[in-house]
Amino acid sequence: MRMGQSHIRKSLGDRIFLIVNFCLLTLFFVILFYPLLYVVIASFSGNAITISIMPLPQRISMVGYEAVFEYPLIGVGYRNSLLYVATGTAVSLAVTICCAYPLSRRDFKGGPWIMGLCVFTMYFSGGLIPLYLLIRNLGMLDTIWSLILPGSLSVFNMIVMRTYFKTQIPEDLFEASKLDGCGDFRYLVRIVLPLSGPIIAVISLYVAVGQWNSYFGPMIFLSTRSKMPLSVFLREILVLNQTESGQGTNVMINADQMAALERRKQVMKYSLIIVSSVPVMVLYPFVQKFFVKGVMVGAVKG
Amino acid sequence: MVRKKESCMFAIIHEIRRNWVLYLLVSIPLAVLIIFQYIPMYGVQIAFRDYQPVRGILGSPWVGLKYVRKFLGSYQFINILKNTLSVSLYSMATFPLALVLALMLNYLPFNRYRKVIQMVSYAPYFLSTVVMASLTIQFMDAKTGLFNIVLGLFGVEPVNYMAKPEYFYSIYIWTGVWQSVGYGSIIYIATLSGISQELHEAAIMDGAHIIHRIWYIDIPGVLPTFCILLIMRAGSIMSVDFERIYLLQNNLNKSVSEVISTYVYKQGLQGTIPQYSYAAAIGLFTSIINLVLLIIVNGVTKKLSGESLW
Repeated sequence: MRMGQSHIRKSLGDRIFLIVNFCLLTLFFVILFYPLLYVVIASFSGNAITISIMPLPQRISMVGYEAVFEYPLIGVGYRNSLLYVATGTAVSLAVTICCAYPLSRRDFKGGPWIMGLCVFTMYFSGGLIPLYLLIRNLGMLDTIWSLILPGSLSVFNMIVMRTYFKTQIPEDLFEASKLDGCGDFRYLVRIVLPLSGPIIAVISLYVAVGQWNSYFGPMIFLSTRSKMPLSVFLREILVLNQTESGQGTNVMINADQMAALERRKQVMKYSLIIVSSVPVMVLYPFVQKFFVKGVMVGAVKG
Repeated sequence: MVRKKESCMFAIIHEIRRNWVLYLLVSIPLAVLIIFQYIPMYGVQIAFRDYQPVRGILGSPWVGLKYVRKFLGSYQFINILKNTLSVSLYSMATFPLALVLALMLNYLPFNRYRKVIQMVSYAPYFLSTVVMASLTIQFMDAKTGLFNIVLGLFGVEPVNYMAKPEYFYSIYIWTGVWQSVGYGSIIYIATLSGISQELHEAAIMDGAHIIHRIWYIDIPGVLPTFCILLIMRAGSIMSVDFERIYLLQNNLNKSVSEVISTYVYKQGLQGTIPQYSYAAAIGLFTSIINLVLLIIVNGVTKKLSGESLW
């Protein structure tokens, strides 16, 4: 039951409140949804993109998408991004579990000290330059590890997971498996992890989305163009407005052609936004239902 | 379990032997933490040295506070600090909006509509920063931008907003709100749903209006969560999200969009002669201010509401 509903007759003030509330939320919904819808429609509108409040095309055109897939670097970036996301998520999940599980155990005496070391890094860090110099000294520049290892332990995610282990997995299970001669490692793999589906899903999503979207790390740590993830090429095309056109010949083009080229670029940008967001948006509905749980568990101070 | 207290060493060995699997597991994240967090903290001493790559961190000569002084004395210092604080305080002012949204959704009588709004409101959070910045730039375009088209319906003349420094903060902040307010409201919605229904029923019986129920029941209920989040936010007041502001930066708005994080990046890594020590000193300077602010705000909040991070 919701608080807006009540069997008692609502007073005038409450009714005004509910109506105003409804209108404001609807306005909010429109502001939120409209730009997203606009991008989707614009991406299908082809060369005939009209500049209007709702560029509904005469027919659905794939011109923008064709332009995206003709662009060679997109494929390279896509492949690299998928590789970094898959590796990064696996490594990060493993590291997070290895940290969260021991810290969730009451009989783990070293826990408080290790926890202290972890929490301190949430509030203080050496900063960008020392990290960069370290990565350089380790010889990790321009390798996949420079993107994956430094951020592989997110203390925040670790605390969320630890709280989940502590509060959602009954302690009796531990006692029972101990009696049956189950070791710590087997207990973790066979009992704790299978029971932690929701939190693993949420944290994987956070890590994967973060890795997919990150461009700062690749920008400073990578230098070889063929290793760059999609986000770096996205920035070049979308923000810096650079495109390497295949036909680089300097033919004199008239104003009409120029305008057509400009329109094609516009449409391509919208299509590119869709193409680059698809992997995340595909994952999203599956994990969406775990959000509230994930956020809530994290809010419980452990 | 009774353990003989013969010596501290014995107890430690006993504990490690008993829980060796746990120690083995935790050694992996601990190594990551030490290498990628604590070694850079040790390396931050280059802020007080004249770092020369060939001589290494320990071989470079000490120069004390030279670089901190250089930053404080630099002609850009006041401007950068002003920009950083403007962005931070402006965005802090929008911090309660997620709570407002949660309260509004909480009093929306149509369940399905509420679910739809919620689901759509989380979606922008998952757009990448690059896409978000690109959308912002495209929508603000004077000729083809959606923002100008919509305003044009109300008779507002088109403006190239990205080229106007006076609009920069508003663009930066409100696109940020657009992207994350829905996601930020989840935690409050979850907290609100945990508030006892009986309180509300009793209040309704006593003839309380919705406004009263929000003020006397909901707000006190979410206050602890709100305070904790506010303290965390205060601890990052000097650090503006680098990625987004860097992407939105252009030559025309640089006078207001240059903040500490972008300045550090440009000084330290982008120039032809990277000034590692100078950039590290600025980075350290902001880290310390953040930490001090966090401690102060935490102390004040503890006094006022009893909520505290530690």
